[in-house]
Amino acid sequence: MGKLFAVVVTIITLVSTAIFASHIWWLPVDISAHGHAIDRQLTETMVTSGVLFVLSQLALAVFAWRYGDRRDGRAVKTFPGGAAPMVVFATLLVGAEILALTFVGSKVWAGIYQSPAGPNALEIDVQAEQFAFYFRYAGADGRFGAVHPERIDEASGNFLGLDPANDTTARDDIVVPTLAVPVNRPILLTMRAKDVNHAFYVPELRIQQDVVPGLVIPLHFTATDTGKHEIVCTQLCGLGHYNMRAYIEVMSQAQFDQWLKERAAEQ
Amino acid sequence: MTQTTAHHHAPPRGFLRTHVFSLDHKVIGKQYLDLALVAVCTGMALSWLMRLHLAWPETPIPGLGKLAPTGAAGGVITPEYYLQLMTMHGTIMVFFVLTTAPFAGFGNYFLPIQVGAEDMAFPRINMMSFWVTLVAFLVLIASFFVGDGPALSGWTAYAPLSAVGKDAGPGQGVGQTLWAVSITLFCVAQLLGSLNFITTTLDLRTKGMSLARMPFSTWAWFITSVIGLIAFAVLMPACILLILDRVAGTSFFIPAGLVISDRLQPHAGGSPLLWQHLFWFFGHPEVYIAILPGFGIVSHILPVFARKPLLGPRVMIGCLIAIAFLSYTVWGHHMFLSGMNPFSATLFSVPTLVITIPATIVTLLWIGTIYGAKLRFTTPALFCLGFVSVFVSGGISGFFLAQPSIDTYLHGTYFVVGHFHFVMGVAAMFGIFAATYFWAPKMFGRMMSETLGKWHFWLTFIGVYCVFMPMHYLGLAGNVRRYSAFTDDYLKPMIPLHQFITIAALFTGAAQLIFLFNLVRTRLRGPKAPSNPWEATTLEWSTTSPPPFDNFGGRPPVVHHGPNEYGATGAGGDYVMQASLPSAGPA
Repeated sequence: MGKLFAVVVTIITLVSTAIFASHIWWLPVDISAHGHAIDRQLTETMVTSGVLFVLSQLALAVFAWRYGDRRDGRAVKTFPGGAAPMVVFATLLVGAEILALTFVGSKVWAGIYQSPAGPNALEIDVQAEQFAFYFRYAGADGRFGAVHPERIDEASGNFLGLDPANDTTARDDIVVPTLAVPVNRPILLTMRAKDVNHAFYVPELRIQQDVVPGLVIPLHFTATDTGKHEIVCTQLCGLGHYNMRAYIEVMSQAQFDQWLKERAAEQ
Repeated sequence: MTQTTAHHHAPPRGFLRTHVFSLDHKVIGKQYLDLALVAVCTGMALSWLMRLHLAWPETPIPGLGKLAPTGAAGGVITPEYYLQLMTMHGTIMVFFVLTTAPFAGFGNYFLPIQVGAEDMAFPRINMMSFWVTLVAFLVLIASFFVGDGPALSGWTAYAPLSAVGKDAGPGQGVGQTLWAVSITLFCVAQLLGSLNFITTTLDLRTKGMSLARMPFSTWAWFITSVIGLIAFAVLMPACILLILDRVAGTSFFIPAGLVISDRLQPHAGGSPLLWQHLFWFFGHPEVYIAILPGFGIVSHILPVFARKPLLGPRVMIGCLIAIAFLSYTVWGHHMFLSGMNPFSATLFSVPTLVITIPATIVTLLWIGTIYGAKLRFTTPALFCLGFVSVFVSGGISGFFLAQPSIDTYLHGTYFVVGHFHFVMGVAAMFGIFAATYFWAPKMFGRMMSETLGKWHFWLTFIGVYCVFMPMHYLGLAGNVRRYSAFTDDYLKPMIPLHQFITIAALFTGAAQLIFLFNLVRTRLRGPKAPSNPWEATTLEWSTTSPPPFDNFGGRPPVVHHGPNEYGATGAGGDYVMQASLPSAGPA
């Protein structure tokens, strides 16, 4: 029975590891300036913890194989050195791994979430709601009109609760359901939720952020490649959660300027 | 205090007093286990429906249309019904299975016996704990039958979705209120239970049962009850505040200016993040409430079948205490991306990673215990070995999620689902199975079938890997969780892997019927068990199977040995029972 256990554990370990290593199911292509750092951190974690995973499972398998009771009267043996080697191994090796991961990883994190967006960042206002995203560009005046939740009126198309009659800054605001951004330019999203928690997740951008009612949460990134990708909500927001998504279109600056002009004309 | 403080209450008379409203911790322990059995069958049935829907969303499930005419008209599950199934699955499993069985159930039955006591310190409170838990369960189940069904906001019930009432969608009316009431009641029961466990451990130990001589399982239940006392004391007020937001118009968790279902909500001044902090201040320790009894059970059982002492017994207990302490410093790792100050991420990440040190030590101690052993591959031993394997698999993925930078990508994906199912779901279940096969002879006086037990082990062990390992691949590919259908372009290619997981889940679930059959058959007519069938040392094996009403037949045992004395070589056997005389050699 011990031998069977050893074989099964070994097969499970090798097959699981092989599938991880083969990248059959893996991260999609990275299109962000910061993504390579996350990918490297993930790969390093995968390798170091993968070694621990394989070693622990194989040790379990080997011992189960070898140390079955054969009723031959032999005495049991204690692990050489007792518990001390376990404590030293775990503390030093895992401790070193923790230090290394934290040291590198906190820099990666700080670069995304603890640093301001670049000075020439394009600011886009985001409203998440059951079950859609709206994106707002400031228009010619470069300023956003104030939002008034009590003025929100889906029927008349005032999704954000703007007050263009009294608020001059709101008159040229461009509100669209698709996020278009110019390539290689820092983008600063200021995100608000209209009703409940939502989240903004673009796997290709390696970025994710909850959008919380009552808070305005900044998020910045730079897309490095053109293309169209899905934005998905990752915070349970109600029955239509599975269908809450939008698209991000990364385009050249010239295309973006043209796109924005066309949208402004439509408003 | 190490002397026995006896609190005699006479053996009960009559069926009701003996089997229903019993003060006997053994009956109460079995009642908890039976409740957990009903709960786990319910929770697993819900997960089957979820898995079927994820793999084949358009295919009607036979019979479901009759059971849930609104949620699944014609047998096809609606998006809201999927989320309701998911919410109920998580809530039932975490609270009424993973907390109820390994901690309240086995703890109730065996903690008093293992310390040589006649009963719990407060038998009446003990009985009340169980009945309040039962009411909590019934309230939760009742939500299937009200208005537009049970809550759909997940087992974490994030506000404001959970707090604003029926404007937030189906299930967010009466169903969500019942959810909050149920969890409040559950907290009350657990607080009373934890106090009882702590008092019993500290005050009712028999002569000679010093703390150092307590079995590892007792240690684990004791430490778990300390965790529970603090954790449930935070969740209970949080749930009460949630109820007030829902029914009394308060705004603890609801900020101003929310427009839901085209209606400006009449709330102002609350914070959705406050709920998350309170919930996870409970929620992360809850993971350890579910798994620490498993640690204790494996540390208790493994030496019995390895026929040698657990390696590093003091280190083991030190690690359990360290884990319990650290469990209160890490809750923010559930909230890296929640909108809380990003500077706090490192503060929560470091202790999360540090927990891997005691967790690694514990794992190495188990593996080191097997080294040089004379392993007897009984069913409980196999489940202990399986526990170590799945705990390693689930623990390793914690390395990824503990790092905020990687969480940026993996948060909210199936990687998380795979991680916590392995580490607190499957591992804890393996602990429960090991405990059931190990202690069934004591609890029922009958041996469970080893043949059926081994079939159950192999099918379950291979099955859970087929179900939960692929979820890590899905997560790496960016497959988000809590989706009732994969309509997004980038998610459609994942559907074949989802179908594989569903088939594996159906088979693994079906394998549990072997366990159920074995358990029921054993209780009705299994072969009689001797008092110490496994040649174990602890006090529960010094008394008859099952033990008499007062556990030791009026003669409280006196303890002369630690629980870990296996592997001696002598004429009579290779172990020394805790209650053996000091001069006595191996039993």
